[in-house]
Amino acid sequence: MNQTNVMELGGHAAARSNSERKEIDVRNPGAQFEPDWVENVRVNLSAAERRIATLSGRRTVKKAWQAAWLLKAISFMDLTTLAGDDTEGRVRRLCAKAKQPVRTDVLHDLGIDELGVTVGAVCVYHAFVETAVDALKGTNIQVAAVSTGFPAGHAPFETRIQEIEASVKAGATEIDIVVSRRHVLTANWRALYEEVKAFREACGEAHLKSIIATGELGSITKVGKASMVCMMAGADFIKTSTGMESVNATLPVSLVMMRMIRDYHQRTGYKVGFKPAGGISNAKTALQYIALLKEELGDDWLTPKLFRFGASRLLGDIERQLEHFATGRYSAANRHPMG
Amino acid sequence: MSNIAEIFDSMEYGPAPEETSYVHSWLAEHKGGFNLFINGEFVPARDKERSFASHNPANGKKLATIASAGQEDVNDAVNAAKTAFPAWSKLSGHERARYLYALARLVQKNSRFLAVLESLDNGKPIRESRDIDIPLVARHFYHHAGWAQLQDQEFPDHEPLGVIGQVIPWNFPLLMLAWKIAPAIATGNCVVLKPAEYTSLTALYFAELCREAQLPPGVVNIITGEGDTGAMIVDHPDIAKIAFTGSTDVGRIIRKHTAGSSKKLSLELGGKSPFIVFEDADLDGAVEGLVDAIWFNQGQVCCAGSRLLVEESVADQLIEKIKHRLQSFRIGDPLDKAVDMGAIVDPIQRAQIDSIVKKGEAEGAEVWQPDIPMPENGCFYPPTLMSNLAPSNSAVQEEIFGPVLAAMSFRTLKEAVELANNTRYGLAATIWSENINRALEAASLMKAGVVWINTTNAFDAACGFGGYRESGFGREGGREGIFEYIKFRDEWRDEPAIVSAPELTATDHIDTDKIVEIDLTPKQFIGGKQKRPDWGRTIPVASHDGRNEGRVALGNRKDIRDAVEAAFKAESWAATTGHTRAQILYFIAENFSTRKDEFTRRLTALTGARKSKARAEVEATISRLFAYGAWADKYDGLAHSPPQRNVVLALNEPIGIVGIVCPDAAPLLSFISLWAPAVAMGNRCVIVPSERFPLLATDFYQILETSDMPAGVINIVTGERDVLSKTLAEHDQVDAIWYHGSEVGSRMVEELSASNLKRTWTNGGRGRDWISARTGEGREFLRRSCEVKNIWLPYGD
Repeated sequence: MNQTNVMELGGHAAARSNSERKEIDVRNPGAQFEPDWVENVRVNLSAAERRIATLSGRRTVKKAWQAAWLLKAISFMDLTTLAGDDTEGRVRRLCAKAKQPVRTDVLHDLGIDELGVTVGAVCVYHAFVETAVDALKGTNIQVAAVSTGFPAGHAPFETRIQEIEASVKAGATEIDIVVSRRHVLTANWRALYEEVKAFREACGEAHLKSIIATGELGSITKVGKASMVCMMAGADFIKTSTGMESVNATLPVSLVMMRMIRDYHQRTGYKVGFKPAGGISNAKTALQYIALLKEELGDDWLTPKLFRFGASRLLGDIERQLEHFATGRYSAANRHPMG
Repeated sequence: MSNIAEIFDSMEYGPAPEETSYVHSWLAEHKGGFNLFINGEFVPARDKERSFASHNPANGKKLATIASAGQEDVNDAVNAAKTAFPAWSKLSGHERARYLYALARLVQKNSRFLAVLESLDNGKPIRESRDIDIPLVARHFYHHAGWAQLQDQEFPDHEPLGVIGQVIPWNFPLLMLAWKIAPAIATGNCVVLKPAEYTSLTALYFAELCREAQLPPGVVNIITGEGDTGAMIVDHPDIAKIAFTGSTDVGRIIRKHTAGSSKKLSLELGGKSPFIVFEDADLDGAVEGLVDAIWFNQGQVCCAGSRLLVEESVADQLIEKIKHRLQSFRIGDPLDKAVDMGAIVDPIQRAQIDSIVKKGEAEGAEVWQPDIPMPENGCFYPPTLMSNLAPSNSAVQEEIFGPVLAAMSFRTLKEAVELANNTRYGLAATIWSENINRALEAASLMKAGVVWINTTNAFDAACGFGGYRESGFGREGGREGIFEYIKFRDEWRDEPAIVSAPELTATDHIDTDKIVEIDLTPKQFIGGKQKRPDWGRTIPVASHDGRNEGRVALGNRKDIRDAVEAAFKAESWAATTGHTRAQILYFIAENFSTRKDEFTRRLTALTGARKSKARAEVEATISRLFAYGAWADKYDGLAHSPPQRNVVLALNEPIGIVGIVCPDAAPLLSFISLWAPAVAMGNRCVIVPSERFPLLATDFYQILETSDMPAGVINIVTGERDVLSKTLAEHDQVDAIWYHGSEVGSRMVEELSASNLKRTWTNGGRGRDWISARTGEGREFLRRSCEVKNIWLPYGD
């Protein structure tokens, strides 16, 4: 379905028939800028927080289910390094970990030698895209590059476009862009739309993950509105944070973004992915995110094609929990190879 | 472990059972049966044959055998409480606070045990008992430890009541126990509490905690039993107050049984609470709100938002979202940590739910239930959505007390409010809108004791909870709840409120030299107009020495009907500002003051009082009118502080139409002292003035006519006190009745008020010092003039 079709359909009745569509592999082409879709966004923070507060009591997984979910969490992971002191060596080490995230003996004890769990992607700065592509050759692990003047997004517009093009050329299959927060803060939704749309075009075949930097928007309602605009502009994923803001991914913010994805899907029939990033460092939190995803968006979204964690420290805790399940003893960090 | 690979694909939840073995061990220790907790000891029922079984509704298995208290056991418990009362009530507030604090700590230390036991016995999900019920229990004891500590400073001139009889329901067994026991014992009362027969176990464990806290014997007595045991408590003559939470039908029976007993009464009864969703609401938030409203505790919640009212423009969208949400509902073992709903408390209750749903369906409703797995055994009912409903449908009218939502739509705020208030109940209301103007306007118009804006089923010990209308009366929690367990020290005096008239002498002495006075014709005062009595009859009024002072209308039931109708139409009085009401009251005082001499003469002629005493009553009347002019804009509500990010406003709202039956004592001042606070707070009144001295009231309406008092706010019907009181007490449009007459009349008024559960305030035949401002005016009168509405307003963006 192309953009024109979406425009023609519009309206409530059309949204229903569209929601029947199932194809996951169809990319979100975006939609015409619809001011109503933005203005009608209503989010009540207290209600969102209450939903989150009760969720962990409503949904939990234990024993084998927990182990399986944690393995799934690994497959959802964008294993990330975004530090000033990154080097090729560091990135190669990370890629090795991405390919073999859990010790083979633990996998054996869990009876899943054949499952072939890897992380979903490795996420790096542009300078290391080629290194990562090389290191991950022959795997299904995607290489994601942060882009567009990450993390603040204040580089000249043309520079940001070129940065995307360069990373795609270098082999990145996913581009994590940052939006201009000033457009959100000044409620210049059309400018935000045009910006993200241009980024999407620059991405070509690469998937675009749009970081809205929820911690800098000052309002939960703006989180919802910015999410909606990014999807209209053709984002394949919407992502909470750069990991560099003082407040990064939170469950209430994620709830709101997931609900926007659901609304967008109901309006257009397209499934947009979600990536919380920053601050998700333990297994228990990861399980809460997955339960939230399952509850709010349903099982269709339980795939790396539509859900990712942006995380650098999460894997370590998951490894320990898996070993605990396999052996019955609590594990230690130094027993697991570092990335 | 190979199934990990399968789960990796299916991403199912799997079981998450709560550990229960240690609770079962405790139950096994009581294999021989649980006893009654009387005077600090566990004792068997005198009649060993009296017992009943408690079951786990999730699997039908028997959990325990429980003693059922008979009359002698109830007597023992009441005696124990009565014996403990003097010492307990004389402890300092601080000493009592220590006990309550210990109970709060013990609840916390045993919190998981209590949660598991509650879920086993009641069928509610462990998530709710663990995360909601038990923490609120502890919170209630902490909060009321504080009231014990502060009682002397904060409630001077008040004293505890004595022995409190408390009967609680099965839907929140331990939480309702806490709501009842904490305020009662904090304020120095002793209690006899009966848990519901389906769910006695946590109460019995609490009894063990009372022993551990070294609570003095007899302060808390817990007697298990069925309905007949409850009736024995209600009827026991040595009990000073009954506090009941349960069905409206049983509430009515209790109201009748306690009529004339001088027992204080608080009733927290049924509801059919509206859940209003405006088009500018966070619809996804509202859907979760509904989950917390009607699918919380299997819908077995008195304040459940069971009537969805959604703005037409978003109705289809919201219904779709609700259905989508219910498709992922999980129903099952209450002891599983990942279920949304557990078991219905008992097969009888389940049958009741099903019968109303079927009835509603037969009446034309559409019934929708999600296609989700249901447990094969045990007592479960799926979440249910009923739509295509007329307001007359049984599913809209009746309290279902189960997981069934009745959905209707509306077009405007005005229509939403009308639909919301179109019920006999008035417990709670929920409003969803992101527009604070709209939300607060709707909240102010709700006839409900609790209003939640953009949240639902939020509770806290610091905030009052309780109903309007047939949802009962009295509040639990907060400062307003404390008044249910204390009384004003010198409210009544042992002197009669009424006097009888002397025989009229045949004729007055005729003075032929004097010009005949123009004949005066006092009438009824209804809807701002002087009205002749319906049947055209009048009766003479005797002076103190038997002369005929004039004739007044002999009102009948139709005059009461007309007066109530006029009061009903004067509804806008409730919306006037306190300042406006104050101006009118001052103006009345001003106009009255110009006629002081005339009223003084009237008082001396009628009552035979010395002139100085009559003048004192007239002066006190002016002062009293000023007092309520002063209060009209000063009887402020409160902003409560629950431990969430919330503004909770406790607003004092007028009750509505108050029937006021005046005594004969201080006939001018008592008349003013009763209606002035009611009117100052925005109520409309139908007044039956002193039967013996009605002329003071009929003289007074001329002052009302010249003082800008809107028509229908004050209506006066003269005649026989108890004849008119009967019609007033039976009238379902009258919201409250204050009766100052005979003991027999008080009983009658209380009994007849059961029909619509009016708020009653009766004198039991006793008198009152009307002259004293301490006993004749002030906060007690204002409190009686108001309903407290708690509006919860969470905030944040």
